[in-house]
Amino acid sequence: MTGDRRYGAIVIGGGHNGLVCGAFLAKAGLSVLIVEAADTLGGAARNAEIAEGYVAPACAHILHLLHPQVRARLKLRRHGLRLAARRLPTVALDAQGDHLTIRGRHLEGVISDDDVRAWRRLRRRLLRMAGALHPFLGRVPPRLGSDSWRDRLMLIRLALAVRRLGKREMREFLRIVNMNVADLLDDELSDARLKGALAFDAVLGTNFGPRSPGSVLTWLYRLAGEVGSGRTGLAIPQGGMAGLTEALAASARSFGADIWTGTAVKRIVVEGDRAVAVELESGNVLRTRAVLSSADPRATFLNLVGPEHLDTGFLRGVRGIRSNGLAAKLNLALDGLPEFTGLDRAALAGRIVIAPDIAHVERAFDQTKYGAYAAEPAIEITIPTLHDASLAPAGGHVLSAVVQYAPYGLAAGWEAHRDAFADRVMESIERYAPGLARRIVGRQVLTPADIEREFRITGGHWHHGDLAADQIFMLRPVPGWAQYETPISGLFLCGAGAHPGGGVTGAAGMNAARRVLSTRHGKDAG
Amino acid sequence: MKTHDVIVIGAGHNGLTAAAYLARAGLDVLVLERNPYIGGAAVSRELYPGFTYSNCSYVSSLMRPEIMRDLDLPRYGLQITPFRGGLTMTRDGDYIASYRDRDMHRREIARHSPRDAESYDRYSAAVMRQCRFIRPMLLETPPDPTSLLPRDLRGLWRIGRAFRDLGPAGMYETIRFWTMSMADFLDQYFENDLVKAHFTGSSIIGTGLGPRSPGSAYVMLHHHMGEVDGTIGAWGYARGGMGAISRSLAGALEAAGGAIRTDAPVARVIVRKRRVAGVALEDGEEISARAVVSGMDFRRTVLQAMEPGDLPAGLVKAARNFKIRGSSGKLNIALDGMPTFRGVPADCPALAGDLHVTETIEEFERAYDDWKNGRWSRRPYVDLMIPSLTDPTMTPPGKHYMSIFVQYVPPELADGPWTSEKRDAFGRTVIDMLSEYSPDLKDLILHMEVRTPRELEEEVGLTEGNIFQGELTLDQLMFNRPAPGYAQYRLPVRGMYMCGSSTHPGGGVMGAPGANAAREIIADLRAGKRA
Repeated sequence: MTGDRRYGAIVIGGGHNGLVCGAFLAKAGLSVLIVEAADTLGGAARNAEIAEGYVAPACAHILHLLHPQVRARLKLRRHGLRLAARRLPTVALDAQGDHLTIRGRHLEGVISDDDVRAWRRLRRRLLRMAGALHPFLGRVPPRLGSDSWRDRLMLIRLALAVRRLGKREMREFLRIVNMNVADLLDDELSDARLKGALAFDAVLGTNFGPRSPGSVLTWLYRLAGEVGSGRTGLAIPQGGMAGLTEALAASARSFGADIWTGTAVKRIVVEGDRAVAVELESGNVLRTRAVLSSADPRATFLNLVGPEHLDTGFLRGVRGIRSNGLAAKLNLALDGLPEFTGLDRAALAGRIVIAPDIAHVERAFDQTKYGAYAAEPAIEITIPTLHDASLAPAGGHVLSAVVQYAPYGLAAGWEAHRDAFADRVMESIERYAPGLARRIVGRQVLTPADIEREFRITGGHWHHGDLAADQIFMLRPVPGWAQYETPISGLFLCGAGAHPGGGVTGAAGMNAARRVLSTRHGKDAG
Repeated sequence: MKTHDVIVIGAGHNGLTAAAYLARAGLDVLVLERNPYIGGAAVSRELYPGFTYSNCSYVSSLMRPEIMRDLDLPRYGLQITPFRGGLTMTRDGDYIASYRDRDMHRREIARHSPRDAESYDRYSAAVMRQCRFIRPMLLETPPDPTSLLPRDLRGLWRIGRAFRDLGPAGMYETIRFWTMSMADFLDQYFENDLVKAHFTGSSIIGTGLGPRSPGSAYVMLHHHMGEVDGTIGAWGYARGGMGAISRSLAGALEAAGGAIRTDAPVARVIVRKRRVAGVALEDGEEISARAVVSGMDFRRTVLQAMEPGDLPAGLVKAARNFKIRGSSGKLNIALDGMPTFRGVPADCPALAGDLHVTETIEEFERAYDDWKNGRWSRRPYVDLMIPSLTDPTMTPPGKHYMSIFVQYVPPELADGPWTSEKRDAFGRTVIDMLSEYSPDLKDLILHMEVRTPRELEEEVGLTEGNIFQGELTLDQLMFNRPAPGYAQYRLPVRGMYMCGSSTHPGGGVMGAPGANAAREIIADLRAGKRA
């Protein structure tokens, strides 16, 4: 390898944010190296072979938040990104078997006209608010108390975006943005299945239950991301999530970026408060002008940089980041198409949600507060093989399930309880899909502990840290450092631990690259 | 028929405060109270011979000093005596105490965690910063952020400047504080479970939140922004019970020429041509007035006292969706003598303060989950006080009055409505739990009043028994209280106002809503509009 060559920028981590960041930097003319510890790129957005010939999405299994500018500027379509499915409906399972299908504003199934109308009203309102927030996902957050015109302009923009909603909607926004989603849904809707599925959307990947204040904000935040995907909606890439990863890598390479896999970073070399090089596990030291870490903030600062280089206040902030994961992954290799009572093939091709009512999700959450996993979890299921048969042997299928809640800090310890947990999840699914177990030819379980190990995410949190009012935007990753820079000159964050956070958006990597390019590290690094 | 300038519905502390300010402004004011006694939730009741119970609210701190001065309340008998510290007892016979004396307090914390003793100053400094930030807003009418009127823009500008004056670090801290859970806030400073639990109580009192619910940190602040004799965050007893506060307000009102009628339940507000004409009592009597101020909560005011037809649909919906959840109960006990507490020396000064037995945040959270699931907490959080230690006038010599505030108690139980049997069972839950810490408590009980949210609703008139007249969550605070667009004490019927704790700055025996409402009414009546 060309260890002696000096790169303008080295990106740590070949997950989607790392690749996006590297691609944007290379596109701007920097000499870029992206190093990934694993043998395959993609991080949480990669595929995993869970049985002979069965390929499942290792973690993320739906593409719905990819930032439009990432898709366009990196020419992902030209580099091979194809969607096997788009506009997936959400199928809200019902214990009695009369399920409800949510297709955007349309509701299919037995449901009252009042709820149909109320849902359209509520959805229109939420999407308007989300639309006002969307532009800020693709921007560098402002710094408070600074005198720079950039920061002030951004704050004014934010105020205007909210004002532009109009008096009535602005008032409603300023009220509900602080509410808990259970109250909001109970105020507006009556159908239990609908409320259950929507409440699940609001808390998916967060450390909240539907009755936690702030869960409306996390919902709006998710919707703000989806606004960007426009009419594509919930999509599944051709070839699984790896399809996206390959397109990103191809794009980065086309701009001249080097990508090394199987290359773990030992530490970031700091000389006099300046990041000057990256030391690999192999012992190689690669000098560079700018280091961009897509690793989570704790790993970046506590492991790669080292506390000795950072001041107490900053460290306190980093250690204080709530980044314990609570979502697990269950992947099943099946010898045939699973049968869900009351679901036809078309419905099976959708996004199937097990959250029959709000109380179900809240109960599942409550148990995690005491270090237990949910006895009756809330689950999001997709069957990617229905959209892309190449992912399994002929006739075979893959079922991919995101399971909430499963706390990173399981009191009893995960090693001993992984299988018991997986069995519990199976029971929950089989209640709706009797006989599912008999079809299983392979099973993969990823608890937050496994996710931490496999994907090197401290705490195994998909979003590298809770998305909550006190940990987003100007406060992400820690107050005062939301501009992708760090106290170490020349070191930047470009992962989900930075604004706008997790989900396969690529926005963090894009914003970070832009930030670097606006600093001297980017300017003279070409 | 005589037309009053203003009729105030409800002789609670806010109604009386508003009335007193209005009377002092030279207006002809009549206060109508449903009960045979005044005070609402700030009362002293003799429910057992020789014993005075503060049987609803039980301590004072939030009552704004400006109001005490303006209305000259000490002159009408109000005397607040600060009490010392408080303590949290543990099952194994240990405890952690708070002392007014800073060094004693620090030593006590160090006994449990030296590191936390070091952090304590950082913690109290952070809380004090938030107190300083919010206090100027308490006696201000919340500006409407959607309005471009000069007064609103001025108000927003003032808040914005106060915010900016916090400096970068302070601004970030403030944004996080207002949206944070108490558990997360404490985790920033403390490591020891008992120390955290000791500071947690005030973050959940009276609310439908647990210490892990975002927003609970603010509720803690709400309990610390008060003061006694200039000591911010201090709490005290009104000599003669909380009724003394109401009596002094009534004194100030009557001295200014205002009148109070008890046993005068208002049935509805009379509206003619989209303008208030007066009120009708339940016995049919009509009393006319140019303006009517309701001290009742938002829901009762809009949905019971007024006709939906007289109001915009949006307002009616907002009132229906107003979050006003009962979550608290109260035990008032006449004791034959001073009970002992395992492991706590009888001369421990902290015994004169608030006593607790919740040891960990997890216990708080589990108590909260019970409430969410429709039953009273099996191990509730109690805020236990023995006011007679500080104010001997409340009981015969040698006897004591014990006030036990209990969190959480649901307004409706999962297994059906409250019955007297269930109420007694709830009382037993509390007493049995406390007996683990005070073995002789049971034998000392002469008389006990048990109040669930039901009693608080039926006797005091608080919807669902919510002691704050509405949840103290961000979606119902400041310009959102009680509802966006109606936070300036006016209802969209000329001459109709609100002055209860449902309005900014919310619950607690503070008087600020009453004072703020009075200021708006006086301005309107002087301007001649709305009247």
